[in-house]
Amino acid sequence: MGRLEVIYREAGQFKATYASDQAIFPIVQDRVVVVAIAVVAFVVPPLVAGEYWLQAILIPFLIYTLAAIGLNLLTGYAGQLSLGTGGFMAVGAYSAFKLTTAFPQLSIVVVFLLSGLVAAVIGLGFGIPSLRIKGFYLAVATLAAQFFLIWLFNKVAWFTNYASSGTITAPHRTLLGVTVTGPNASAAARYVMALAFVAVFALVAKNLVRGRIGRSWMAIRDRDIAAEIIGVRPLRTKLLAFGISSFYCGVAGAELVFLYLGSAETLAFDINQSFLVLFMVIIGGLGSILGSWLGAAFILMLPILLTNLPHAVGLTMSVALQKQIELMVFGGLILFFLIVEPHGLARLWQIGKEKLRLWPFPH
Amino acid sequence: MVDVVYAVLVAPFKDMAGSPAFLVEVLIGGVFAGLMYSLVALGFVLIFKASGVFNFAQGVMVLFAALTLVGLLERGVPVVLALALTTAVMVALAFAIERFVLRPLVNQEHIILFMATIGLNFFLEGFGEMLWGANVKKLDIGIPDRSFVVRGVQINELELTAAVTAALLVTLLAMFFQKTRIGRALRAVADDHEAALSIGIPLKTIWVVVWSVAGVVAIVAGLMWGAKSGVQFSLSLIALKALPVLILGGFESVPGAIVGGLIIGIGEKVGEVYWGPLVGGAIENWFAYVLALAFLLARPQGLFGEKIIERV
Repeated sequence: MGRLEVIYREAGQFKATYASDQAIFPIVQDRVVVVAIAVVAFVVPPLVAGEYWLQAILIPFLIYTLAAIGLNLLTGYAGQLSLGTGGFMAVGAYSAFKLTTAFPQLSIVVVFLLSGLVAAVIGLGFGIPSLRIKGFYLAVATLAAQFFLIWLFNKVAWFTNYASSGTITAPHRTLLGVTVTGPNASAAARYVMALAFVAVFALVAKNLVRGRIGRSWMAIRDRDIAAEIIGVRPLRTKLLAFGISSFYCGVAGAELVFLYLGSAETLAFDINQSFLVLFMVIIGGLGSILGSWLGAAFILMLPILLTNLPHAVGLTMSVALQKQIELMVFGGLILFFLIVEPHGLARLWQIGKEKLRLWPFPH
Repeated sequence: MVDVVYAVLVAPFKDMAGSPAFLVEVLIGGVFAGLMYSLVALGFVLIFKASGVFNFAQGVMVLFAALTLVGLLERGVPVVLALALTTAVMVALAFAIERFVLRPLVNQEHIILFMATIGLNFFLEGFGEMLWGANVKKLDIGIPDRSFVVRGVQINELELTAAVTAALLVTLLAMFFQKTRIGRALRAVADDHEAALSIGIPLKTIWVVVWSVAGVVAIVAGLMWGAKSGVQFSLSLIALKALPVLILGGFESVPGAIVGGLIIGIGEKVGEVYWGPLVGGAIENWFAYVLALAFLLARPQGLFGEKIIERV
């Protein structure tokens, strides 16, 4: 502690222009640390981390972070509770599959972006009820998207190119001469690709929410009628939130199949997926981009930790019992975190930062 | 084009008119299924009415109640005693939930409480299976699962019993809410927490009562569903079936849960039988949601929901 708070001091950093006042990271140390983390994240894991770490932990973490950012834009910033995330991710995955098999020469990056757009259009469609209904009524209504879309992909064989197994498989695709998808792609290449996507889109999201669009989302979230009176157009604002959020989820869904699973059927996008991403957003912190990262890390790490912990301390138990205990601990921890800090991990981080600022004087 | 219009708009009705007995059978099936959904939806409504909490764990509470009951019966406990013990367990659960979940989270936003019930959902699922085991169990409450025929229409005895039970339960609950002292207090709390507190209604007690009643409703639902399809994990998924019923009927309305259940049950069965084959079947999963969604566009507060009055 002794050194850290001396370094993490913002005294003397004056904001002399509007531009510096509105910077994404107004504190110099934050800027340095974020850039450093980004550089390290791009360079170190591909060289150092083993196959297991990349495949089982880092790649899903990056993909789910992207999905969590997407849902956070909709639920955390615009205040529209959605349980259709899994469905929108499926739209992304299936349209990426259709696009890349129909146009094999199309760059995989373009394919991902286009499938995000397709998901955005579908999201717009299912966002229309949000103009009439709110809160839990809306949440249940978005379940319609979840169930209908999954059913559609199951029933219509065209989406899987008439594969008898009903699965979609990521074909072999290269980017700048490196294989990034398909069975031969190395974990490192897929990791870098996922990281690049989530880094760019996190930056875009951060910019969205501090600009005009983000402010109108928050106005709608906090007091929709008041927002309408001061001139925020609810139709445009809400639909935009649904569209952009679905875009993020769609890209994440495409990545889930192409960069992580390799092949998947609709089961990979069922209702549990929607809840999983919602957990990440709420545990991480509603209305916080940082929270989406923290939440995704927490929710993904917890089961891995719980699975390995009994082995580590030398306990042996039956698989069934272990799974039940895992469920109980998982549920218990969610309750614990909500009670201790209902505003999520991002808020804990903020409190820590405030404390650090004032240290060693508490007032 | 003409063929499609014919297949969608004409042929199903022709089928209906062709064999009225079959239509009646489908309708009755829908009514029974609907009442079963209503049983689950009732638990949601009770809790939402009194505490504004959207209790996602209701489905798992049904499973938990059924598991406890079956577990006790398997150990040779007589039926009446087992029922009483299960009720006691559900009441204890209500106390625990009030003490460890609701009280620390009082005054938090709805979404936080909703999330907490999802946490509860996981916890109870693990806990129930750890106590009683995860394998499928048969629940035999002495009502045979056989059918009798009235004027060419098949009626399942078990489903009939469930329907009568549901109707009875709703009448009892309606009386409880309208006539008793606690029922009035419940309605007062639902209306305005602070005002209720200021005239001396103990909020904590009310919450325990409501969660206990929801627990008892869960026992009944678990009993009926368990007798029908065995006690297993999938029982907790019927909660998802109850959600469209809720938004159709309105979150705050007990009669709404019943009427909503009937509409969803009948709509689902009729849709599946007459229109399902056109799109390849298995539409039961989403049909209820789309039906409810279309309905909500016309009436955002549901059938019997309280009118939404918004002020700045």
